[in-house]
Parts: sequence; structure tokens; C-alpha cells
Amino acid sequence: MPLSRFVATFFDLDVATAYAPQIFLGLVTTIAIGVAIVITGLTVGLALAVVRALRIRSVNIVLIQIVDILRALPPLVIILIIYFGLPNVGIVIPSAVVLWMSLSAVLAAFAEEVYWAGITSIPIGQWMAARSTGLTFLQTLREVILPQALRLAIPPLTNRTISITKNTALGSAIGVNEILGQSISAEAFSANATPLTMAAVLYVLLFIPLVIASRSLERRYGVRRR
Amino acid sequence: METLIQEFFNVSIMVRVAPLILSGLVETLLLCLILIPIGLIGGLGAMLLATRENRFVRGAALASIDFFRAFPPLVLLIFIYSGLPFAGLHIPAIFAICVAFLLNSSSYYGEIYRAGVLSVSRGQIDAGRSTGLTATQTFVYITLPQGVRNVMPELLSNTVELVKLTTLASVISAPELLHSADLARSLTYNSSPLVLAAIIYLVLLWPVVRIIRRLENKLGPQAGL
Amino acid sequence: MLTVETKARGSFILEARGVRKSFSGHEVLRGIDLLVTPGEMVFLIGPSGSGKSTLLRCCNRLEEPSGGSIVVDGVDLLSPKTDINKMRRKIGMVFQAFNLYPHLTALGNVALALRKSAGKSRAEAERIALENLSRVGLADKANAHPAELSGGQQQRVAIARAVALEPKIILMDEPTSALDPELVGSVLEAVRDLKQSGMTLVIASHEMRFAREAADRVVFLDQGLVVEQDAPESLFGDPKEERTRRFLRDVRR
Repeated sequence: MPLSRFVATFFDLDVATAYAPQIFLGLVTTIAIGVAIVITGLTVGLALAVVRALRIRSVNIVLIQIVDILRALPPLVIILIIYFGLPNVGIVIPSAVVLWMSLSAVLAAFAEEVYWAGITSIPIGQWMAARSTGLTFLQTLREVILPQALRLAIPPLTNRTISITKNTALGSAIGVNEILGQSISAEAFSANATPLTMAAVLYVLLFIPLVIASRSLERRYGVRRR
Repeated sequence: METLIQEFFNVSIMVRVAPLILSGLVETLLLCLILIPIGLIGGLGAMLLATRENRFVRGAALASIDFFRAFPPLVLLIFIYSGLPFAGLHIPAIFAICVAFLLNSSSYYGEIYRAGVLSVSRGQIDAGRSTGLTATQTFVYITLPQGVRNVMPELLSNTVELVKLTTLASVISAPELLHSADLARSLTYNSSPLVLAAIIYLVLLWPVVRIIRRLENKLGPQAGL
Repeated sequence: MLTVETKARGSFILEARGVRKSFSGHEVLRGIDLLVTPGEMVFLIGPSGSGKSTLLRCCNRLEEPSGGSIVVDGVDLLSPKTDINKMRRKIGMVFQAFNLYPHLTALGNVALALRKSAGKSRAEAERIALENLSRVGLADKANAHPAELSGGQQQRVAIARAVALEPKIILMDEPTSALDPELVGSVLEAVRDLKQSGMTLVIASHEMRFAREAADRVVFLDQGLVVEQDAPESLFGDPKEERTRRFLRDVRR
């Protein structure tokens, strides 16, 4: 295929400028939802790990099952069930909220596992020392265990966070105005693939810094204990 | 409560759509049978390139791995599937899926293999070479087996992710489980087919998640007091 | 034989009677009595698995005894009504593995419980912490992290951490066993100072020479029971029990 035609199809500047505002709206939406997912998911995940540390057997059994289910289900399935199912039982939620809820739940589940692995890898001597000086369970957790555990949790957490927030693209399947959704409709209207190129470029620009950051974090904090 | 069951756990609808769902399941399993080996082998290739002595080869490999880790798989899939026809190339959906998934999963598997290979201590390699094994033999018989064993939880975990990723194919209307379920949903105006698909995914993947959990727990739980 | 029993009731800092502890069917402590008077230094010796560590950890309830009673400074440790965190401030513990908090400085390590458990202000806690670090000769290391300190220095910080809370009794679980030989001296020096200042000490250890020189009483434990206890000269010089004799012989070899 002649190069000029290739460029015209994928890199048409006129199409790009015409649809830039629309795509930009998509960018803002993607970033907003992404940030919301990260904040909610990581916070709820930490709360779940703390609850798990309390070692209340009945609560933990339920917690672990829910976490496993969220880890096993494809996010798109969760999104579709909530998006199509809830209106039929009378609960109407905007699609962006559905996207945020679903992906936050998934991130919380994976994050809980990472936090828990961090907490349990702290030697029991740290618990013994802190408790033997009269610190309560929660004080020990907050002052001694979590500071150390969170440091261990950073590399795997960044990885998981990146792969789950990339799923914001799934919002296009339920009509969220994020980058992919906007670019697909722009592509349809313009009969040109340039919006798709723009979407791809934007995503890569968004996430490459995160991927590189996670690589350097891994190098700094990663302790391979084998 | 009644409406919740009607909407999400409607057994009569589930029974009615079962054949459609099951054919979708077969498609998904076939997809996995193709995609998992492709990913595992592609990842091996990516890792080999990323651990070369040559700085340029290594650098290019790492850059590509990072590039495709940053590229959302759905966007990649749609880019290949929708974009290429514009270039005059008309490819079947399955081909687009294979290419997109190859690029994506090779990066992730490659990264995992690489971590595994790097985790094998230098002493092992020294021992192998000192007994007369060539570099390749040392790699194949000493480094690789230990490296893979060290990252087994991550490998399994990523394979689970790959299976979950097949649901993306539903977005481009390729035959697979979620697509059939969504079709059934639109035909019955009811979410139970989706829940049925969810249950099937759970049956497939929940046991694997638990195995991963057990493998990760080998280091032992210690919190408490 | 020391007539510890004839001392008036209520004048013991630590009264452990009939302490039992089982771990999944295996009985580690089979009914131990340990009575400690104020200012006493009691040495626990015995083969590994004899229950020395477990006994110490029962005495501040880091392990829950399966039976028996433990009374510290007149307070029943095992009663559900007891404020265990408050009691743990009165019972200091020093561990074989030091267990310093790696993310805090030496000063931070000593000050943490002062702030959080004893409720002191940050300024007050740091003042007390610095004072205690000076007592073990490490005031100049106050801002160092554990990773920057030698084993002996870490253990002395651990001692300061326990002492800063002004306990009535300090329990030490093999305080020098994880140390390189040349570092042991500095820790024993700190322990000697503690004894001199009147602190009650119960130490599980293999440092027989130190026991001879400083201990008031040596207790020999084997398989979860007290076999023999006496003043060091008597126990080391003329052990009454065959098991004691055998153990001392093995240790000397």
C-alpha cells in the first residue's frame, strides 16, 4: 500500500484537529476515572487487609471468598452484569460510575492480597517486640508493621494498578466517554483511522511513564527472597 | 429480593440459553488453547532477547516490552481489527485477536520469565560452567528450570489474566463465552445469561486462583499476636 | 538449697506457679514454678527445647499458658480483667534476634512505646529515650538506623528500649546467642549495669561464666520441668541431679 495513503488513513492531520476536542474530553474522563479507581481501590484494599489482620475467623472466610471471586472474574463480565442488571431492578447508575465501581472492586481485591503478603512477611519478632513494650494490636500495626509492609507492597502494587487502570478502555463497551469510546465514534463519523491512532498514542503516552516508574520502583524496593 | 433473583438468577432463562452459552464456552476454550501457548512461547522469545549481552538488542527488547505493557489490550485489539481494513488489509477477527494477544502477553510473560531468570543466583551458573557445561546448557538445564519454578505463581496468575482477557473478543463480536452471554442478554432482556457466564468463569478460574494463593502462601503467614 | 519459698508471700516480683503450655498436642511446659524476688538475677539454663523461651514468653503473655498462674508485681497476668498492655510496660523483654524496628532510628525505637503506650509527649519521650541510650553508651548513635549498627549495639538499643519504660522486671531470651563473640562483652556489660542498679532480671542463656559471676540463682530446665535450682557455685560446682551433671558436661565439651 502506498505510503501516502497509509499516512492519510492513520495520520490525517485535518481529521486529528477536527476531533481533538472530542478525544481530549475522552482523555480527561479516562484520567479522572483512573485516578478515582486508584484511590478507592488501594484504600479499600488496605482496609480489607487490616480487617484480615484482626484474625476474626468468620469474617476472614467471607473476605477471602469475595477477594478470590473478584480475582477470578473477568472485569468486563462484572461491568456488564452491573450495567445491564441494575437498571432492571430499579437501580440506575451512570456508566462512568459502574466502570469506577467495578474496577475499584477488582483493584481492591488484588491490592488486599499484595498488602497481606507484605504484612505476613514481616518477621514475627517485630510483633513480639512491639507488643512486649505495651503497644496495642492496632498501634503495632500502624507504627511498626504497616510502614515496613507498605514498602514491600509498592512494586507488585504498581504493576497491578497499571494493568487494572488500563481496563478503563472497557468503558467504551458501556458508553463511557473515555478515550477509546470517543475515538471509535470519531472513527465512525470520519471514516478514517486517525482517531484510533490518536487513542493509541494517548494511551501509550499516559501509561509508559507509569510502566517505567514501576520498573525503577521494582529495582529500588524489589527484594527477591529466593 | 424477588426481583433480584428474577433478574440475575433466573434459572429458567439460564436453562433456555444454556446451549448458546456452552457453544461460547467451547469457543473460549479453543481460544485459550491457541493463545496460551502463543503467549508462553512469545514470552520466552521476549525474555531471551531481553537478557542478551548486546546492549542494543536488550534495550530494544525492553523498550518493546514496556511499550506493549503500556498499551491497553482492548485498544490494541481494536486498532488492529478496525484500523487495518482502512489500510486495505481485511483480516478475520481471530487473526486480529491472535496478533494483539501475542504482542500483549509476550510482554507480560517475558517480563515474568526475565524476573525468574534473574532470580537464579550467580553461584548456580558458576557451578554449571565449572563442571564443563556450555552457556546454553547451563541456561537450559540449570537456570531455566529454577527460574520458572521461582515465578510459578506469577506465571499462573498471568495465565489467569490471559483467560480473562479473552472476554475482550466479545467487543469485536468474535465468538466466545461472554459474547454469547451478552447476545443472550439482549435477546431475553435479562441479566441471568451474564451471571451464568460469570459462574462458568468462576468454575474455570477460581480453583486456579486458590492454587496461586496456596503457592504464594508457602512463605508462611505470621501476623497476629 | 536457697530457701526462696520461705520469703514472705507478696514480696515476689514474679510468681509463676504450675505453668503449663502445649503446642498442638506437644507439651512444652509441664508445670513450672518460678518465683523471683526483687533485685534477683535468675539464670535459666537447659538444652534447646527445654522450654526456656516459652516460659519467658508466657511471663508477659506473648504466649498464653495452657495452665497455671502468673502473678507479676501482685497482678494476676492471666485474668481477663488485667490491662495486659499496661502490665507489659512493667515487664521488659529483650530478644535473641534484637527485633529492632528497621524503619526507625535508635531514638525512635526507644521512644515509640513511650509515646504510644505510656502516652508521653514526643519531647518527653525523646528525652527519656536519649537518657536510656546514654546509659547503654549509645547516645551518639541516637539517629542511626538499626542497619547501621553492629549486633552488640543493636542489642544494647533493645535493652534501652525495654529499660526506658521503667519495668519492674526484665526478661532476656538468649540476649547474646546471636552475637559474634567479640560483641558479647558490651552487652554483658550493660546487663551487669542493670543488675547493679537493682533491676530484677530473668535471663535464659548459655553464658555460664557470666552466670557464675553475676547470677543469684541458676535454674536448670529440662523437658518442660525445673530439674534443679541453686546458687551458681552450688549448681555448677556440685550438681545434685544426674541430668544436670550430664547437661553441664555436654556444654563444657
